[in-house]
Amino acid sequence: MTAPLLDAEGVAKSFGAVRALSDASLTVDRGEVVALLGANGAGKSTFVKILTGALKPDGGRVTIRGLEARVGSPSEARKSGLIPVYQEPSLIPDLDVSDNLKLGDTPAGPFMHWVRELGLDDLKPDAMVGQLPLASLRIIDLARALASEPDLLLLDEMTAALPTDLVDRVIRVVRRQAQDGKGVIFISHRFSEIAALCDRASVLRDGTTVGDVPIEPGIEDRVVEMMLGARIDPATRDAAGARTSSTGKPRLAVKHLAAGAKLQDVSFDLHAGEVLGVVALEVQGQDELFDALAGFMRPAAGSIEVDGRPVEFNHPADAIANGLSLVPGNRAEALLKERSVRENIALPFSAPFRSWGLLRSGHERQCVADAISRLQIDTRAKGEVQRLSGGNQQKVTLGRWLAHGVSTLLLFDPTRGIDVRTKRQIYPLVRELAAQGTSILYYTSELEEVPLACDRVIVIFNGRAVDIIEAGDADEKTLVRASYGLPAGESVEAAA
Amino acid sequence: MTGILRRQGWAIGLFALLLVLLGITKLIQPGFGASNFETLARSALPFAFATAGMAVVVIVGGIDLSVASMMAVCSVTAAVLMTMMGGAPAVLITLAVGLGMGIVTGALIVVTRVPDIVVTLAMLFVWEGVALLILHVPGGTAVEWLKASITGGIGPVPNALIIMFVLIAVVWLPVRYSKVGLSIYATGSDEQAAFRSGVAVGRTRIVAYAICGLFCGMGGLSLTMLTGIGEPVPGPYLLASVAAVVLGGVVLGGGRGGLLGPIIAVFILRLIRLMLTLLAVDPNVTTIIEGSIMVAVVMLGGLLMLKGRLP
Repeated sequence: MTAPLLDAEGVAKSFGAVRALSDASLTVDRGEVVALLGANGAGKSTFVKILTGALKPDGGRVTIRGLEARVGSPSEARKSGLIPVYQEPSLIPDLDVSDNLKLGDTPAGPFMHWVRELGLDDLKPDAMVGQLPLASLRIIDLARALASEPDLLLLDEMTAALPTDLVDRVIRVVRRQAQDGKGVIFISHRFSEIAALCDRASVLRDGTTVGDVPIEPGIEDRVVEMMLGARIDPATRDAAGARTSSTGKPRLAVKHLAAGAKLQDVSFDLHAGEVLGVVALEVQGQDELFDALAGFMRPAAGSIEVDGRPVEFNHPADAIANGLSLVPGNRAEALLKERSVRENIALPFSAPFRSWGLLRSGHERQCVADAISRLQIDTRAKGEVQRLSGGNQQKVTLGRWLAHGVSTLLLFDPTRGIDVRTKRQIYPLVRELAAQGTSILYYTSELEEVPLACDRVIVIFNGRAVDIIEAGDADEKTLVRASYGLPAGESVEAAA
Repeated sequence: MTGILRRQGWAIGLFALLLVLLGITKLIQPGFGASNFETLARSALPFAFATAGMAVVVIVGGIDLSVASMMAVCSVTAAVLMTMMGGAPAVLITLAVGLGMGIVTGALIVVTRVPDIVVTLAMLFVWEGVALLILHVPGGTAVEWLKASITGGIGPVPNALIIMFVLIAVVWLPVRYSKVGLSIYATGSDEQAAFRSGVAVGRTRIVAYAICGLFCGMGGLSLTMLTGIGEPVPGPYLLASVAAVVLGGVVLGGGRGGLLGPIIAVFILRLIRLMLTLLAVDPNVTTIIEGSIMVAVVMLGGLLMLKGRLP
């Protein structure tokens, strides 16, 4: 028996104290299309980076065509026969198509053949890449990869930006590659594509490969279960039950909002004292939703109403003036790293230049001190916020609004990269803010948080709101199914 | 044809502007003729080389604040060597010195990962010190045939202009139309995407700084040829070259533009200075104009990019 095209075994990788991968494995034989699946944070992108040579593993072994792969850079990975097509185009925007081909030594003849094969008949070689639509760039990327005749093709969510007809073409072409004896690794958030294209699925959970199953009808449930695993979650929500004060005028009403390249059509009402969860896989439009609500980006269509008044945000200050405050996913964007805890919490007090720049220091000091003690922020390193742990930093960004008082809080993945203990302190804090009457929009990439922190949850798939679920029904399985665009499963209907 | 128009549109516009300015100069000074143009071309020589070098590093996504100091080093090197040996070997050694300085700067940036602007600011002072060590007062000499080579002209075309275009073309065109040139544009346009496409990003940046150093070598030589001596104190070539690069349609930040536009921009800026002199305005106003043009052009580019998106 010949060696498999790709054989990765026991691959491990840590970043500092964070273990991104502990035991990841993947084999691909000739003629096979294998789906690589995993929930957010399962270690998928780290694994892909190791396979393509962008990262070096701490442990384990990767062999390609039976040879130990020592891939130190993307160009070396290419030579070994594995060609990746990434989520973002890897084309140079300021060069035309033919110059981009020359750069990677791609032969132009086969490239044009694949471009036509993929349904992009009118592509001109002298078109500037920066002026082409995103979908064309994905096709060019794929055609470029195919033209260099890879043994092993890695498609990392390359269909995410494509319209359906092009997806069908891509699936046909990739399927034929497999029939010609090539191997394909396919990563996608869409089960329909996986079902149409793949032979097997390999599932990652918490950095470990937990299953390898053939794709057959009805396999979705098993795959979803494998992605989640049997979790023991002792954290429970405090007695404060779900508030259903959906009467009266909503604090924030979003209607058919579209923004940027991803957000297509999202509508929801957010009431005073409510925590509305937002659940979505990566790049489904949630970033644009929060950016638009925080005034970082102008919406392309739709409307935003605050307390029944239509509003238009031209600057983040407009959003703040309307009571909308964003706690960004990246804490570094919200904090002044070199300043003290106290100053960071007090920042919103000074922002509006009240009383001509003079701070009402007595009142301010009191509010800040209250917030620090309530949040149990570790102030031993009070000199500089950058010396705090991630969890304590996040408490500072939340404490800022607790001290300041805010009517609507936009939390974007507030528990990302935070230890469990601090997480458990953050959920009650979110509930407490809500109990004070604050409306909270809460995006999280960790599904088990939803029942702990939220009243209702809105699921976004492909830039559209596909479902609104009451927190009581929002178990992880339901959420995962919804966020992969699958209809609600039988088990849920039976329970309802 | 439309492709050429699209790619060189900015350069063609600049050329039209240059012709208009020449016409205005002729109106101000009806006696303006071939000999004045010859002087203009000769005085533009060091500016053109500094600008060509600056343009290459800006295209690769960097900036070189040390161009004027490198030119000073090359100027004194040439002037001192020419007191000891013939013109040709002195020229070759000077060019090698320029190339070497560029390689040192580029390698420092790539290896240490210190930002371009910091490394080249430091090198500005390093090369300045080196130039003063070689020759602490203006001195040395320039070989006669070299001095003669940039005076006069063939018909109405000044020799200085021919030398400028031939030398820049000899260095740049083979680069521009090879994979090295593509890599330079790719790295400046999107370093991450270039890396993923298999471009040796670090090596490309060193090459760009080396080309800049080589052009500075030519610039330093032209300084010695113009004045007949070596000048250890750097001239006003930093601001002038950045202004010409920006006016010439090269985007600060990299990836876009060529060398033709910046060279035409050099002549525009030189001509503005000449016009101010003819109008009896203090020529020092030129630097004010150069500074203002820089901000205005960058602002214009920013405004064009800012469509629909908030700052």
